[in-house]
This record gives sequence, structure tokens and C-alpha cells, in this order.
Amino acid sequence: MNYKDIITQLPYDQPFLFVDELLEVTDDGAKGCYTFSPEASFYQGHFKGHPVTPGVLLTECCAQIGLVCLGLHLLQQEKSLRDAHPKIALSSTDMEFLLPVFPPEKVIVSSKKVYYRFHKLKCTVQMHNEQQQLVCKGTIAGMLKADDHG
Amino acid sequence: MSQEARYQKLKEIVSIYLPEDVSVNDITLKSYFLDELNINSANLVDIVLDVEDEFDILLENDDMDGMKTVEDALKIIDAKLTRS
Repeated sequence: MNYKDIITQLPYDQPFLFVDELLEVTDDGAKGCYTFSPEASFYQGHFKGHPVTPGVLLTECCAQIGLVCLGLHLLQQEKSLRDAHPKIALSSTDMEFLLPVFPPEKVIVSSKKVYYRFHKLKCTVQMHNEQQQLVCKGTIAGMLKADDHG
Repeated sequence: MSQEARYQKLKEIVSIYLPEDVSVNDITLKSYFLDELNINSANLVDIVLDVEDEFDILLENDDMDGMKTVEDALKIIDAKLTRS
């Protein structure tokens, strides 16, 4: 399985897909990037006349790249689950935001697995901008399960 | 460690993950983690990981599946401790 397959398997689509490219996925973490398009509708309201990427979407981007892409990779390692459709749910986030992200900025997310046990994946995540500055960081956890009936 | 001491340790661990509207005094041997103590399945995993650290044991998927009540958890802990 290559990284493109992971992106295809993601249960997201426009306008809520926040993964452009995966750069590295191992059993211990994932790294990928996304460019926030100035055309995205939420910039019309966040903020009035002053587009800034909402923190919740930075968190979402961190979760999609750092947690879900890694989770799909880990599910693929369990051979019997190879063709199963994954069910995922976010369970907790603890984030700190250090710098604003203005469109059309490109961000790079990297995650490190804290643990993956009993269907729960917990990761530390970091997001950097193209100047290699830390934009946000934190810990995100979610449940993932292969849906055998899917 | 006595049975009672294990129960107290388990209660301490569980209490960390209780939602605001459930008190530590609500925990009994017969309490169901998910339905009665309102602990979500993600936090139940954290309870299991804390139990592993506290008692220096390793739980398997089957143990997790069988862990519905506080008493179930104590039985699993007892079984693991006697085996090791």
C-alpha cells in the first residue's frame, strides 16, 4: 500500500478534506501537507474582511494527516482488515496555537504515535508553516475500527 | 496487595475518568463502566492502560471485551496477578 492509497481511503471529501500529500507514513507516525485555499468559504466569515484559518480547522488538518492517515496505515498492518471500511471517531484534542495561518499558506503536519491499543490511537502532533515555524502542537486521540460489514 | 487494596486502587484510577455528574461514591463492584459510570470507550482504554501500569500486567483484546463492570476488571486483574 502506498501513500496515495491511504489518501483515497480517507473518509473525507471536499470541502472537508485537509490532506494534499503524504510525505512519510511509518508505524510510529505520519507526515503530510496541505495548502489552505483562499477560495474556501469559511474565510468569508473568519474573520470579517480579514481571512485567518480557524483553529478548529488547523486541529482538523492535524487530525486528518497525523491521526487518521496513520490510523489507516496501522489498520492496513492488521492483515484481516485489509479490505474493511474503517469507522473513525475523534475522542479528544488538546491543542496550543502559536501562529496564525493565512491563505494560501501551506502547512506541514507531523505526528508521533503515543500508543495504539484496543482500537484507540493517541498521537502528539505538530504543524509547521513553510518557514519551518511551529504553528500549533498538541495531542489528539481517536477510535478506529474496521467495519467488517462495510 | 489485598483484594480490598486492589479495589481501592482501581477506584482511584476510574475516578480520574468519571464525567462531572458521576461521583467516586457512585462506583460499586456492580457498576457498568459505559452505561452506569458514563465512561466513554476511549476513556475506558485509558483506564485499562493505567491499570496495566499500576498492577504491572498486560491486558489482551479479550480482556478488554470482557471488562463490562468494575467487578469484571478486578477479576481480570486478580487472574493476571496470580498467573504472573
